[in-house]
Amino acid sequence: MSGRASIERSAEMTADYLDGARTNAHSRRLPARAWAGRNRYLTAANCLALCTIMLLPIVLSVMASLKTTAEAAAVPPTYVPSGVSLDSYARLWSYQAGLPTYLGNSFGAAFLTIAFTLGLTIPAGYALARFPLPGKELLFVFLLLALIIPYQALLTPIFLMFAELKLTNSIVGLAIIHTAIQLPFSLYVMRNNFEAVPRELEEAAVVDGGNTWQVLTRIFLPSVIPAIITVALFAFITSWNEFLGALVMMNTDSSFTLPLILAAARTQTSIGGTDWGLLQAGVTISIIPCIGVYLLLQRYYVSGLLQGAVK
Amino acid sequence: MYAGKRSRLIGLLYLAPALLFVLAFTAYPFVQMVWVSFNNWSLITPPSFVGLDNFEKAFSDRQFWTSLGFTFKYTILITPILMVGGYLVALLTATNTPLRRFTRAVVFVPVVIGLGASSLLWYWLFSTDFGLVNRFLLDLGIIENRVFWLGADADVSTWAVITSVVWKVLGFGMILFVAAIHAIPREISEATMVDGASAWQRTTRVILPLTLRTILLVTLVSVVGSLLAFDQFYLMTAGQPLNLTSTSVFYVYLNSFPYLKLGYGAALSLILAAIVLLFTVVQMLLTRRSHA
Repeated sequence: MSGRASIERSAEMTADYLDGARTNAHSRRLPARAWAGRNRYLTAANCLALCTIMLLPIVLSVMASLKTTAEAAAVPPTYVPSGVSLDSYARLWSYQAGLPTYLGNSFGAAFLTIAFTLGLTIPAGYALARFPLPGKELLFVFLLLALIIPYQALLTPIFLMFAELKLTNSIVGLAIIHTAIQLPFSLYVMRNNFEAVPRELEEAAVVDGGNTWQVLTRIFLPSVIPAIITVALFAFITSWNEFLGALVMMNTDSSFTLPLILAAARTQTSIGGTDWGLLQAGVTISIIPCIGVYLLLQRYYVSGLLQGAVK
Repeated sequence: MYAGKRSRLIGLLYLAPALLFVLAFTAYPFVQMVWVSFNNWSLITPPSFVGLDNFEKAFSDRQFWTSLGFTFKYTILITPILMVGGYLVALLTATNTPLRRFTRAVVFVPVVIGLGASSLLWYWLFSTDFGLVNRFLLDLGIIENRVFWLGADADVSTWAVITSVVWKVLGFGMILFVAAIHAIPREISEATMVDGASAWQRTTRVILPLTLRTILLVTLVSVVGSLLAFDQFYLMTAGQPLNLTSTSVFYVYLNSFPYLKLGYGAALSLILAAIVLLFTVVQMLLTRRSHA
């Protein structure tokens, strides 16, 4: 499928998914009639039950993070905190090297991953979409190598390499791993979006005497901003949430990312047991950016998933 | 528009950073892993060439088979739940009404949070003394005594982990299934409507067959994900009891890092990568054929 057709299809599907703009009439009729009629109330009840089940664990975790130190350690546990306390957050703030360090590492690795991914895939997408490269198909397959070899299997040799390059315990090294994970998806999205840019646009620029770099920055970049947002969004989420690579590469307390220090807090005991309040405060904090960008960028989220899967 | 030798060179120049990156951080490590797998190496001692010994060792290593078997068992248990569950939610919510759109958005929320965070959340919910699952089931009178959900019994632990992962990734399949249902051409839906087909007939004879390719694709993506499971078991059961819930990736991790048996770890990685490759190739063939 050509880039443009593929982009248009996934854009349509995203619109359908989010607001049903294109096929509202038919899609309302087809599955609606299938499940409507006297089942309408049943459907509504099912939807509400489903929402409750999906949201409940998160709500419970947030509530647990707001219990007082004593209540968080109570047996049996309480469902709803008797009062709101920020004790758990205070303990998390100064846990080991301190929350700011871990947040800094997590955000640092995530932003470096975004920068690396965009820095590599924007020019590569441009090259694949517009230049007559020798053996283009083969080069593209080579660039998608990470799809074939799961990164989980490559951590040993990468660790050995990073140990020599002094990139273990460094967010730069971690960001390189996260970039390697994200590269195939990002490149695929970038290439398709570059292909979807109308040729007439760049022809005008070339006639005006623009070189390829000017064409890239003035014509293409403004046209592929949705793709840039999608790639950046997925790079952020991957890096922020990734666990195994960080577990292997980061061995000193002060280099831990947020998931790592929480995993450590799960077993490292402060006062004779797991600090459940602190743990749920950490879970809450690591969830906030994910849900935040999801609410802000839902359209790009859905379109990214569809582009990645519809291929 | 760009033709000739010069533009070919410029194109390669734009492609070079990505090519070098993949060469350095994916291709080279892979070649090195193959080489390491033929060696006995513990970081402290220099590597010594042992040929296929590491692979032979894997085949007679009980824990290797236990882990591989457990990984398959986990995959076989969770995949149908995720696919059938995701599809049912998709059928329930495919229509674009405010409530259903809202439900879709909510079901998708756990997909965006990290597997690490969700595992730690459920690690607490399933905690014997401090967890709300036991409290809730006791209050309802479903259980009489607190259950040791994690790390005491392999099957109970597995189902606890499966519960948490189903909660976390159900929305992934749903979103793709809903998109596939929306993509069914208008004429077909209208024709079945005119024919007066029942809801069940429409679902089994129209919707299911026309979304079959998506179902297969999502199944494969999901299977590969389950075969590579690590975070949820590392965080929730730590492979316990008796390493009965340690997955293949977990066992590779244990050998390579805490135990520092690098050669053996690399051999295990290669075997795992080969197994996953089988599924990936099927997936690629499937996607390629669709738009040939």
